[in-house]
Amino acid sequence: MNRPEQSAEPAVVIEGLKNAFGSHVVHEDLNLVVQRGEILGVVGGSGTGKSVLLRAIIGLQQPEAGHIEVLGDQVAEERDPDDVDVRSRWGVLFQGGALFSTLTVAENVEVPLREFHPEIGDELRREIALYKIKLAGLPEDAADKFPSELSGGMRKRAGLARALALDPELLFLDEPTAGLDPIGAAAFDELTRELQDTLGHTVFLITHDLDTLYEICDRVAVLADKRVIAVGTIPELLALDHPWIQEYFNGPRGRAAQAAQRRSKAKGMDKIRKAGA
Amino acid sequence: MREWADFTTETGKDGGISIALSGPLCVSSVGRIDERLRAIEEQVEAIDLTQVGGFDTVGAWLVTRLAEERGAKITGGSEEAMRLIAAVRGEHIDEDLLETVDTPVEAEGEPGALANIAQRFGAFVIAYVDGVVRLTAFLGALLIAFGALIRHPSRFRRNALVRQIELSGVNALPIVGLMSFLIGIVIAQQGAVQLRQFGAEIYTVNLTGRLSMRELGILMTAIMFAGRSGSSFAAQIGTMKLTEEIDAMRTIGVSPMEALVVPRVLAALLIMPLLGFYAAVLSIIGGAFVSMFSLDIPFFSFLNRIQEVVPMHDIWVGLIKAPLFGLIVALAGCYQGMQVEGNSEEVGLRTTVAVVQAIFAVIVLDAFFAVFFTEVGWG
Repeated sequence: MNRPEQSAEPAVVIEGLKNAFGSHVVHEDLNLVVQRGEILGVVGGSGTGKSVLLRAIIGLQQPEAGHIEVLGDQVAEERDPDDVDVRSRWGVLFQGGALFSTLTVAENVEVPLREFHPEIGDELRREIALYKIKLAGLPEDAADKFPSELSGGMRKRAGLARALALDPELLFLDEPTAGLDPIGAAAFDELTRELQDTLGHTVFLITHDLDTLYEICDRVAVLADKRVIAVGTIPELLALDHPWIQEYFNGPRGRAAQAAQRRSKAKGMDKIRKAGA
Repeated sequence: MREWADFTTETGKDGGISIALSGPLCVSSVGRIDERLRAIEEQVEAIDLTQVGGFDTVGAWLVTRLAEERGAKITGGSEEAMRLIAAVRGEHIDEDLLETVDTPVEAEGEPGALANIAQRFGAFVIAYVDGVVRLTAFLGALLIAFGALIRHPSRFRRNALVRQIELSGVNALPIVGLMSFLIGIVIAQQGAVQLRQFGAEIYTVNLTGRLSMRELGILMTAIMFAGRSGSSFAAQIGTMKLTEEIDAMRTIGVSPMEALVVPRVLAALLIMPLLGFYAAVLSIIGGAFVSMFSLDIPFFSFLNRIQEVVPMHDIWVGLIKAPLFGLIVALAGCYQGMQVEGNSEEVGLRTTVAVVQAIFAVIVLDAFFAVFFTEVGWG
């Protein structure tokens, strides 16, 4: 991997971001720093602009003001069509998977490879695609299926395989577990964590899923009042006295997720003890 | 038989009446008594529910409304009925559970008729100017994409182009051919009937040949192309916008302009002259076919005569117009597709707009060309 050293340089730096649709201001003076190698969860009520924030970072939404730096590069206003470097270093999983519906899963995974590395031969490209599909936890026979033949959960995994195609340094996940059943969601969380452990990429994760937050996120950023009101580990956030944060994490669902995490931690310790014995 | 709710009234001591409801008081049975209940003008003292069968929230609402409006007492309700009535009154609803509703946007004062017209006109102008700006931006982006492809020919998507040529060109051959053949029959038949009055039936050949080559072959093909391909361009691209496929392309570094719009526009430019010429030829064959029967002109004599009476510049007129019409149809389809935002209804709307705009623009341009070519001596 041609990854630069895990330097102190953050993966994403957002300063003074302002997003607006007409007179409706979504973000104002929003600041956020995503450190390299962490899994950052972004939470916020409906309509607080989590997806808009993601779109601004990956350059799909033109900010009104502010400054966004991704992997040391400016997400400039006008990108030179030749300058595709930053985009080859990140992967994005959209909410619905956003697979190209006329291509098979394998062909979908091959698109970024073909785009950024046309020098890779057909055979190797296919092999890489098959490997990524397996990495994303899909059975091999899914490779030649079309997205319409897959279930929602499989489509997300296929989207993840495509996002992982170029071994990105930065992975954006937009509500990866939304619409999955609890088992599928837990499996996806585990996959995200495992991949992050193995590949060492940074993950920017938008979610509503409290289990996801507790299980895999290193830090959580809370979006409210048009800005990021707090960033930190969940205990740090709980120490804050913000009513929305308190209600979010200490509501009935928040407490259930907390308890679940304690149980799974205990189980994990059990496993380690058994392995040690 | 459906059971309906009913009621009887009884005049009490001091002029007020009491209403005795009967039958089921449910959503399926109260429809007929509501009007009658509202029409009661006397003072209502009491509402008696003793004879009521079934009861649901709609019935409860009816009773509650009646009781509150007229200040009447409710008597004789079963326990279940009274519980529902209490629920409808809101006595049991936990205030905490009520979603706090955002303060509604301050309603703008209802404008007068005149102001209303001005307001609508203003909105129309703004939307129109916005449309012009977007269209210009789209054309600019398309030019940039073409420029980028000229600089990096390796990025050109040959497969996509071939696929589009197959879909909008090759697959259109049967329907365009049949349509043109029939149009040729109509022109020749109607022309012959009219020209016979002057004893000039032989000019049916000129009419069919020139009209097919210059005008109808191309025009009808363009209209068919708008219906078949322009609409599918708009719907395909629009749907891809909805499913975030276009966004995904951008993040992967694929320019949607290069990958989706350029192949479609190029395909339209390439196949429209071919399709148009093919349509003109089949239209002439249709004319020759019908002339065998109605004018007794042998099939091949008709075709030979065509060579003599259709000047070469008629063919050029057709071939010059064809790519332009194709361009208009493809641009309208792709542009409208790229404008889709929000919901699936928009896909349908934009598709319709794409077809209507394309056909309209093609006909306007055709009228312009008809005058233009005659003026420059290609009459």
